[in-house]
Amino acid sequence: MRCMTETRVGIAFLLPALTVLALVSLYPILALLWLSMRHRVLPFQIDQFIGFDNYALLFVTPRFWNSLTVTGYFAGVSVAIEVILGLGIALLLSHSFKGVGWVRAAVLLPWAIPTVVTAKIWDWMYQPQVGVLNYVLQAMHLTTAPIHWLGSPSLAIHAAIVADVWKTTPFVVILLLAAIAMIPRDLYRAAAIDGASSWHTFWHITLPQLRTILIVVILFRMIDAMRVFDLLFVMTGGGPADMTETLSIYTYKILFQTLQFGYGSAIGVVMFLLVASVSLLQLWIGRNEFRRMIGTQV
Amino acid sequence: MNGGLPRRLLLPLCVILVLLWSLLPILWQVTTSFKPNSELLSLPPLMPASPTFEHYRVIFDEQPFHHVLVNSTVVAFATTLAALGIGSLAAFPLARLPIRGKGTFLGIVLGASMFPAIVTVGPLFVIIRELGLRDTWWALVISHTSFSLPLTIWILTNFMRELPEDLYRASRIDGCTPWQSFYHVFLPLCRPGLAAAAILVFLFSWTEFLFALTFTATEASRTVPVAIALFPGLHEIRWGEMAAASVIVTIPVFLIVGAFHKHIVRGLTVGAVKG
Repeated sequence: MRCMTETRVGIAFLLPALTVLALVSLYPILALLWLSMRHRVLPFQIDQFIGFDNYALLFVTPRFWNSLTVTGYFAGVSVAIEVILGLGIALLLSHSFKGVGWVRAAVLLPWAIPTVVTAKIWDWMYQPQVGVLNYVLQAMHLTTAPIHWLGSPSLAIHAAIVADVWKTTPFVVILLLAAIAMIPRDLYRAAAIDGASSWHTFWHITLPQLRTILIVVILFRMIDAMRVFDLLFVMTGGGPADMTETLSIYTYKILFQTLQFGYGSAIGVVMFLLVASVSLLQLWIGRNEFRRMIGTQV
Repeated sequence: MNGGLPRRLLLPLCVILVLLWSLLPILWQVTTSFKPNSELLSLPPLMPASPTFEHYRVIFDEQPFHHVLVNSTVVAFATTLAALGIGSLAAFPLARLPIRGKGTFLGIVLGASMFPAIVTVGPLFVIIRELGLRDTWWALVISHTSFSLPLTIWILTNFMRELPEDLYRASRIDGCTPWQSFYHVFLPLCRPGLAAAAILVFLFSWTEFLFALTFTATEASRTVPVAIALFPGLHEIRWGEMAAASVIVTIPVFLIVGAFHKHIVRGLTVGAVKG
């Protein structure tokens, strides 16, 4: 009897969250699937069912394949750099020294800044004529002519990756710092007694102990980097020559600049499937933690 | 370990490099915001020769920047309140009540947190347009709340689970209804978790761009990130004013990070690192 009321109370407690998530997260996904099978262009009142034609069109559109490549390249390269750099910074800041708390807070700042501001900060520094980056490079006699960082098709994506690394490495640092703090000190004491070099200690103790969290961080960052939008939209708008046009930006342009809601939704579905597959991997790896959380009943 | 001289110097040197890498771009933007337009057209000087507040004056006097600031503030606070209210209600039964299928529910919640915003923004746009909510605070508060609910529920469920196992039963034996147990026993004990969630949700809403870009049209609801991205410039980009606007939108963020650094770390590491 008591259990009955508690179940009912529990469902009542869950109801607001269920409603919001169903209406604002689940329903749009279903609507997306529905839209992706229609030929729908907003301003012209065109709306008809066309089955999988949008998908067929998608797979023969070079611009779609280009955006897929750009997304993969951007996510792969920036996450790789972020994890390596983040690991280095985390190891550095795991030492205790005077003012380490302040340094840790300072390192967190780029992560907290609105991405739009990050994009503008770097855009301004990358300016060919008045940007500080070219000024410093020329003052140091490393280059002679101003470099068009965001204007050159081959450089733009890399310039954007640097900005992304600047902004998101702190996230990696935070998670790794927390994980490093959990490594039993005894392991290090034993290694010191055995006369292990610091490289050996890192390779045989620190790295294996961080293995799980590193996988979590990499997948988490991959999911995030695959859906990158703000940074590139503001910095390059997908240009030059679509060389920084990721799936998100391509989708956005098709949806809101050409108002082709059917075709745009089909790209959205592909993107959803890509991110979902990485997410499932993530959930599968975190399943033990998950079970621990929901495991023991009251 | 073996503290030779170069090694002792290596650590501070690396720390300084890391600090420069993290802070220099920000400091450059601050410097830019104080440079008169004439000094923005050439380098050197690196530092403003005649520092000015002109850019700050312009964005408030000649542009509707205060409207935009109010929009951002209202949306971020309303989102935080809504997400915490709805999220803590949901976390309580997930952590403490015997309900079948809560694993499935939590799985869906976690899955929802990984949806890219760009995937839902199209259909949401259609709904919002049909409900006549376009260019209102509502459109942003609703979408931001829904997007931050998964993180909130995850943090708070974790937090409530960490509380003593017998707490709920004891409070019920003492005559609490489930609601009283939630409101008078669990919520106060969850304060650190609530703080962590509140800060992350606030930061998310304050900096969110895609929904804000799509669902707003005028100063009636436009938030600061969108205003900065769509900065008006007739002939040239007004870097000085843009820098001033960036500095203003970033100040609250810095204050929050400075004051609640530990809470943020705690919120972000919940579930990812066992502890």
